[in-house]
Amino acid sequence: MERAIRKVGPMAEEVRAEMVANVWKVVVGEGDSVEAGDTLVILESMKMEIPVVTEDGGTVSSLVVNEGDIVQEGDLIALVE
Amino acid sequence: MFETVLVANRGEIARRVLRTVRRLGIKGVAVYSEADESALHVREADDAVLLGPAPPAQSYLDVERVLEAALRSGAEAVHPGYGFLSESSRFAAAVIDAGLAWIGPSPDAIERMGDKVNARNTMAAAGVPVAAGTTEPLHDVEAAVAAAREIGFPLMVKAVAGGGGIGMAVADDEAGLRAAFETARTRAQRFFGSPSILIERYIPHARHVEVQVLGLADGRVVALGERDCSVQRRHQKVAEETPSPGVTDVLRGQMLAAAVRAGEAVGYRNAGTVECLVNPARQEFVFLEMNTRLQVEHPVTELVTGLDLVEEQLRIAAGMAPTFGERPPTPRGAAIELRVYAEDPKRFLPGPGTITSWVEPVGEGIRVDAGYTKGDTVTLYYDPLLAKLCVWGATRAEAITRLEEALAGFTVEGPKVNLAFFTALLADERFRSGDYDTGIIGHIMGERHK
Repeated sequence: MERAIRKVGPMAEEVRAEMVANVWKVVVGEGDSVEAGDTLVILESMKMEIPVVTEDGGTVSSLVVNEGDIVQEGDLIALVE
Repeated sequence: MFETVLVANRGEIARRVLRTVRRLGIKGVAVYSEADESALHVREADDAVLLGPAPPAQSYLDVERVLEAALRSGAEAVHPGYGFLSESSRFAAAVIDAGLAWIGPSPDAIERMGDKVNARNTMAAAGVPVAAGTTEPLHDVEAAVAAAREIGFPLMVKAVAGGGGIGMAVADDEAGLRAAFETARTRAQRFFGSPSILIERYIPHARHVEVQVLGLADGRVVALGERDCSVQRRHQKVAEETPSPGVTDVLRGQMLAAAVRAGEAVGYRNAGTVECLVNPARQEFVFLEMNTRLQVEHPVTELVTGLDLVEEQLRIAAGMAPTFGERPPTPRGAAIELRVYAEDPKRFLPGPGTITSWVEPVGEGIRVDAGYTKGDTVTLYYDPLLAKLCVWGATRAEAITRLEEALAGFTVEGPKVNLAFFTALLADERFRSGDYDTGIIGHIMGERHK
């Protein structure tokens, strides 16, 4: 659903928060392989759950949020390459 | 009448309740979280009590802290608004046990209607039509699949203890039911503390029409007319109007009578809303649920009846007669409400932020109930409702024209807002003609994406 993604280099995908939100659930871990459209984390803002998905899939090389964190708009959530 | 009333809420509804409280010469006490220290409802109250940190569980949803605030402030009565603790029978009972007046229905009525299976069964017994559905709460998916064979598809899957459209999903077949059941269970547990599920026959192309009732101090239940709430996204209301363009006088009469029976069946006191689904082609309706509190969209009823529903609520809770005599006033004209949400107008995703510009429209027939103004920050902790833009017109056409002008005069900058969506809604032929159903937003958005 959520697509706040910027391509960095040919192989890596930076997944960022599109709004101020609470990290409700971390669905994947570092090193997991994911497919395009898979949910990485579920954010919560204003009583709504917002799944954050990967656009291309690959391996989650970095996951920089924990459950309960507050993320600001544009904050990095994960790197997928 | 009471001398001091505590309003256990925030945002536009806290402000709206306080307005009536103070107009009646009653001292109004607000409560607030750390995130709302400078909010309008706090600034406008006679007194305000800090509850705790921003997350609702530690402030507006904390029964003990809110009750303590009421006792400490010397309030004689508590108005819960909508959401938060308004439909908590435990909170209502705690208020009453502490010797204060509860401005709402009895804890027993809240509990009976809060359990949606119980509510359906109670209504069916009272002769109010209900959709085919389960008469017992469901706990596992195989039981749901078995029940579905009896009821037939499509089905609506929802939390027994739920509300606000959260976790609700339509299932067209068994596979869809299995998926919807799991989603609904997880959400039901998380948001309502109970995983019980109910399924009922879903009516496609239905209108969502509800009836405002008042259970009076003398025991009578009266109906104040209907509201059409078919403009929805994610099963949540975005715009409401009265009278419903999809209901004939005959059907209206049947619905109002059924809503009175529904209220009488649970000995209802104070303001409540009986929500129904209407099949416009067949002019038939079924009971959906009863909301045991003041509704977000109550202003449209106020605009056509001239009543102040909060004043009626206060009078009922104080054991007084209503402001009207034997019969409530006959509705006059048409009224429409638009919910201004902090969300983008295309995908309806939340967009918190600090408000850098806020200009409300003014004019004949226009009413704005707002919870925010310039300089306020819309945080992620609470629901996205910023304000309600309401208009009255002698006819529906006049109301729409006034609404178009009002919408053009409403500016909010900073957070994302859905005002642009309403421009599309008011231009939509289905909305203008009145011939629309709960699918209208899907149609409008689908066409815009083409």
